[in-house]
Amino acid sequence: MTEILVLVDHADGQVRKPALELLTLARRLGTPAAVVLGAGDNAAAIAAKAAEYGAATVHTADAPEFTAQLVVPKVDALTQIAQATEAGAVLVTSSGEGKEIAARVALRLGSGLITDAVDLEAGASGPVATQSVFAASFQVKSTVTHGAPVITVKPNAVAPEPAPAAGTVQAVEVAFTGNAATVTARTPRVSSGRPELTEAAIVVSGGRGVGAAEGFGVVEDLADALGAAVGASRAAVDAGWYPHTNQVGQTGKQVSPQLYIAAGISGAIQHRAGMQTSKTIVAVNKDPEAPIFELVDYGIVGDLFTVLPQLTAQAKG
Amino acid sequence: MTLRIAVCVKYVPDATGDRRFADDTTTDREGVDGLLSELDEYGVEQALRIAEASGDAEVTVLTVGPDDAKDALRKALSMGADKAVHVNDDDIHGSDVIATSAIVAKALEQVGFDLVVCGMASTDGTMGVLPALLAERLGVPQATLLSEVGVEGTTVKGRRDGDAASEQVEAQLPAVVSVTDQSGEARYPSFKGIMAAKKKPVQSLDLDDLGIDADAVGLAGAWTKVETVTARPPRSKGTIVTDEGEGGKQLAAFLAEQKFI
Ligand SMILES: Cc1cc2nc3c(=O)[nH]c(=O)nc-3n(C[C@H](O)[C@H](O)[C@H](O)COP(=O)(O)OP(=O)(O)OC[C@H]3O[C@@H](n4cnc5c(N)ncnc54)[C@H](O)[C@@H]3O)c2cc1C
Ligand SMILES: Nc1ncnc2c1ncn2[C@@H]1O[C@H](COP(=O)(O)O)[C@@H](O)[C@H]1O
Repeated sequence: MTEILVLVDHADGQVRKPALELLTLARRLGTPAAVVLGAGDNAAAIAAKAAEYGAATVHTADAPEFTAQLVVPKVDALTQIAQATEAGAVLVTSSGEGKEIAARVALRLGSGLITDAVDLEAGASGPVATQSVFAASFQVKSTVTHGAPVITVKPNAVAPEPAPAAGTVQAVEVAFTGNAATVTARTPRVSSGRPELTEAAIVVSGGRGVGAAEGFGVVEDLADALGAAVGASRAAVDAGWYPHTNQVGQTGKQVSPQLYIAAGISGAIQHRAGMQTSKTIVAVNKDPEAPIFELVDYGIVGDLFTVLPQLTAQAKG
Repeated sequence: MTLRIAVCVKYVPDATGDRRFADDTTTDREGVDGLLSELDEYGVEQALRIAEASGDAEVTVLTVGPDDAKDALRKALSMGADKAVHVNDDDIHGSDVIATSAIVAKALEQVGFDLVVCGMASTDGTMGVLPALLAERLGVPQATLLSEVGVEGTTVKGRRDGDAASEQVEAQLPAVVSVTDQSGEARYPSFKGIMAAKKKPVQSLDLDDLGIDADAVGLAGAWTKVETVTARPPRSKGTIVTDEGEGGKQLAAFLAEQKFI
């Protein structure tokens, strides 16, 4: 069976959940082969995790270039592995960096590129990718007609399912091509202790209606009671009430959780673009005319400062 | 030496309008009002700031798009760019991003550049990959998704806020950068700027001028194929209740029923 290469995203020595989703999807298309780059001492543990989710082979490479230079070293590695193994397809997680890597790999391989797939299935002539476009108002199914398909997939496209495989580790020597921007300093993100926004099953977001940075307290309390991640609208981020890393929407994170709770958010098209594919949508807003109510499964017209604490108390039971 | 800055901008359907697909499954660019992609205004803004800081720079805006795309160029010129290049050819219609990147790269080579500035993503396709493809094709470093950017001598420096870390990055010119909507509010064109823009040069180029074969681009040259396009069924109407003191409890009951609590 053809090998389907999966670039395994990892941080702090841990495999990110979207990588396990990619391995799960790859099994629909062929035999998954994981690619683990720049993992240092954690490579073995990451490879073992990839094997647990179906990787028959794990290609590993480590070099200072992976952290010292932007994007290009990973492109070098992934392209060279894809060529050497004659991979049937290459899957990468849809993140800012993931999409850039995928694009350059596609160009080098002479392959068509599909980004932001929300589902993947095997078709008569290769993988069929589903995308959700124009702020989720259309579903598009596409295929790649030239070369081995390179596809980026959004987090939460599928529930990761273990399927233990051999996970034979193959260390790869990468020929680096250079011509990259260099990283001169790096400040790791401080974890909030809450689930990753894009990976969380539940997201509670606050908008301009939260009124102030301190107002996010009621949003965080509810999130913690539900084991949820915290999101914010751009208006709340621009006001400096919450970090940009938590922004949901077109220019923030695109989330697709089981449950999305919007508090004090009007529901502008650019916000919808980041949350409209959520399974269940709930909103709390003072204004009965707020466009967010067009999307909801359940909406409360009311003040978030009374509704959220009451809900939090109930959730804590 | 004059710093040559090229800004890549896209003319896109208005996101607040009724965006849709044409019969050939390409984005409908005729039936829907278009504008300069809001995310590319940030690119124009940063290019202008870099030019102002350098004192000796020339800013060229470049777009690949249909006739109406010149509106996007005019807007950028009225913000303060010096000149514009419009690549326009019927055979480009339906190009995928790989082909578009070939066209933009060829045009950039013809125009000449020390620094290419892009937006973080186009608001219609939202791929955010063209800047990386340009760097690959032009054989220059990419310093992309920057929330802060500046040029010092022949080095471009900036801050890239990624998922796992915030990074300071730098590259030697020539280079390709893209900037996010965190990079700083874009200026509004002044009345003077709008008047001045009318006299600024807009050069038109077609595929022949760029030496690109028509078969290599457009729908026929695309390496991906849209098989089907389906409008998403509108979400079924949910329950909306007005809080009369029990709103939080009612919501809790709904969430319990859905097994979330
Ligand atoms: C190119 C571009 C990209 C963008 N990208 C994004 C993006 O990624 N994410 C994003 O979110 N936006 C984005 N935007 C901005 C977007 O257009 C909206 O401006 C933004 O989403 C509005 O945020 P909001 O809903 O919090 O604020 P508002 O629209 O001001 O809504 C606040 C809501 O809170 C309600 N409210 C007030 N007080 C209370 C209370 N006490 N209790 C309950 N409800 C209350 C009000 O009724 C109102 O509906 C983008 C815009 C552009 C042009
Ligand atoms: N047709 C085009 N002409 C010129 N520049 C473009 C075009 N399409 C995209 N770009 C540039 O590339 C960036 C990313 O676009 P995309 O990869 O399509 O999301 C945009 O913000 C623009 O700066």
